[in-house]
Amino acid sequence: MGRLENFEEWNKEVDTLIKTYPEKKASLLPILHLSQKYWGYLNDEVIKAISEKLKLSQSFVYGVASFYTMYHFEKKGEIHIRVCTNVSCQLKGAKEILKKLEEKLGIKKGETTEDGKFSIEKVECLGACDKAPVVMVNDDYVGPVDLEWVEKILES
Amino acid sequence: MEPILTKYIKDPDSNKLEGYLKNWGFSGLKKAIKMKPEDIIEEVKASGLRGRGGAGFPTGLKWSFVPKDYLGPKYVVINADEGEPGTFKDKVIIEREPFMLLEGIAIAALAIGAEEAFIYIRGEFVKGAKILEEAIKKAEKEGYLGKNYLGSGKNLFVRITRGAGAYICGEETGLIESLEGKRGHPRLRPPFPATKGYLGKPTVVNNVETLSCLPHILTNGAEWFSRIGSNPKNSGTKLFPISGDVKRPGVYEAPLGIPLRELIEKYAGGFDGKPKAIIPGGVSAPVLSEKEFEIPMDFDSLLKAKSMLGSGAIIVLNEKRCLFKSALRIVSFFAEESCGQCSPCREGTRWLELILERISEGKGREEDLDLIKDICSGMIGTTICVLCDGCAMSLLSFVEKFEEEFLKHIGEGKCLVS
Ligand SMILES: Cc1cc2nc3c(=O)[nH]c(=O)nc-3n(C[C@H](O)[C@H](O)[C@H](O)COP(=O)(O)O)c2cc1C
Ligand code: SF4
Ligand code: FES
Repeated sequence: MGRLENFEEWNKEVDTLIKTYPEKKASLLPILHLSQKYWGYLNDEVIKAISEKLKLSQSFVYGVASFYTMYHFEKKGEIHIRVCTNVSCQLKGAKEILKKLEEKLGIKKGETTEDGKFSIEKVECLGACDKAPVVMVNDDYVGPVDLEWVEKILES
Repeated sequence: MEPILTKYIKDPDSNKLEGYLKNWGFSGLKKAIKMKPEDIIEEVKASGLRGRGGAGFPTGLKWSFVPKDYLGPKYVVINADEGEPGTFKDKVIIEREPFMLLEGIAIAALAIGAEEAFIYIRGEFVKGAKILEEAIKKAEKEGYLGKNYLGSGKNLFVRITRGAGAYICGEETGLIESLEGKRGHPRLRPPFPATKGYLGKPTVVNNVETLSCLPHILTNGAEWFSRIGSNPKNSGTKLFPISGDVKRPGVYEAPLGIPLRELIEKYAGGFDGKPKAIIPGGVSAPVLSEKEFEIPMDFDSLLKAKSMLGSGAIIVLNEKRCLFKSALRIVSFFAEESCGQCSPCREGTRWLELILERISEGKGREEDLDLIKDICSGMIGTTICVLCDGCAMSLLSFVEKFEEEFLKHIGEGKCLVS
C-alpha cells in the first residue's frame, strides 16, 4: 500500500475515526471524506485501502461511494465550481452562469480543463437560496454571483 | 412578536459558549435533568411541538414510541441534511446557535434514555460542521456534555457525520442507512426507527429546528409554547426560509399561522413584482395560487388546502415566471434524486421528466396533460418513501392550478409569459 502518499498518517486518522462509531462500517462515509481530502479523489488504490481497513469488499465500498455525488473517482480541477441550478437559483439566472462558465473554460459541466485548473459541476439546491444564484468554489459558498463574477474567478 | 430561536443570532458571541451562557444559560437542560423521562415527554407533548423537518409529526408522541425498558443502547439522530430545495434555515441555528441545538439534543436524549447522538449534516456545510465540532468539544470540556455532564450522573456523547450529496439521505430511514455506512436507501416501515433504527437499536430522528425548540419549552413551560401560534396543535414559532421573487430573501422567524401574504410583506421586504404562485414548504409542497395567499402558515391549514408546511421553505414566483419551466425543473430534481428502489418512483419521475422535456422542445401532444395526470396518480401512496408522492403532488398542483401555461406549451410550444 506504500504507493499512496501519506498512507501512515491516513491510517492513524482512520483508526481514530473507526473508534468514534459503535460499528466499524458506520465510519465509512467519514473515511471516504477523509480519503478524498488526502488524495483528491477515490481511485482504485484508495478504495482498496479502505476496503482492507474496514474488512468490506471493494465492490461494496465502491457501491456506497458511487451513490453520493460528492465523492469523485477522477481528479477534479484545483478550483472546483459547483453551480446550483434548482428553482430559486434558476429564477435568478443560474443557467446563464453555468453557460458562461462552460463557454469561457471550453468544457462542459462535469468536465475538467486540460491544465487541471478548473472543473465545473451542475448541482441541486445547495441550501443557500437567499443568495441565489449560488455557486460553491471548493468548500466556500459564493452568492449572489453574476456574469462579471465569472470573468473574475477565471482570471484568478 | 419577539423571535425565540433567532433572538440573539446577530450577537457576535451567540455561537460561543460564553455567549450562549449569557443569553440562555442551559436553563432548559438543567430543568430537564431534575425531571423523570416520562415527565419530559409529557411536557413536550403538552407543548404541541411538531417536527420542523417536513412531516410535522408530534415530537413528544414520537419519543413515546421508544421502548422504555430496552436495555441496550438507544440513539438520538439529528437530521441536519437540509436538502429540500428552498430550505436554508437549519444552517442559521447550526452556525449561530450551535449550543442551543446541543442543549436540545441533550433534552431529547434524557427523554428517551440515550447516551449517544449523531448529527448527520449535509456534506456541503463544511463551515457548519466545523462550528458544531468546536461547540461539542467546548461543551464537553466545560462539562455541558460528555461524562456526568452538569453533575447529572448521565453521559452524552455527540458525534458528527457529514453527508455526501444525496437528497434522499434527508428521509429519516435513508439517513439511518447512510449513517450505517451504506447507500441511503429508505427502509420499509414498520419497524419504525423508534423500535429499530440506527444499527437496529431504538432511535429517534429529529430535525435541527425541532430540537432547538426544546430548551425554550423546558425553560418557559409547555403552556407558554402552546399559546404561541394558531392553536395548541400548531404551536410555537417557525423559521421560514424565503427566496425567489421577494425584496429581501432570508430566514425569518414568525409564529405558526401567520398569513402567507403578511409573512412576505412584513418580514421579507414585500414581493418583487406581482406574485403569481408560491411554493409554501419546499418543492415537495404543492404550489399555491393567488387566491390562496392569505392562508395561515401552519401544518393543518396547509394540509386542508392540499399542500403542506414541509420545511417551511417559501419560494415566490412572480407573474413574469414561466411556471411550466419551474415545474419541469422540480420534476428533474426528483428524477435525479430518486434512489431507484421502487419502480413507480424510478420510472414515474423519469417519464414525467421526459414528457415535460418533449413539451418544452415544442413537441407537445394533445393527450399529454391526461398522460401526466395518469402517471402522477399511479405514483401516490405506492412506494417505500414519500419522495415519489412529493414529485407527483407538486406537479399535479402546477398542472391543475396553472393549466393554461401547460396548454400554451403543448399547443404552441411557447411560454404564456414573455
Ligand atoms: C425525500 C425526503 C427528504 C427529506 N429531507 C429532510 C431534510 O433534509 N431535513 C429534515 O430535517 N427532514 C427531512 N425529511 C423528513 C424526515 O424524513 C423526518 O420526517 C424528519 O427528520 C423528522 O424530524 P422532525 O420530526 O423533527 O421533523 C425528508 C423526508 C423525505 C421524504
Ligand atoms: S419512493 Fe423513490 S426515493 Fe423513496 S425509496 Fe422508493 S425509489 Fe427511493
Ligand atoms: S436553489 Fe440554489 S441554493 Fe437553493
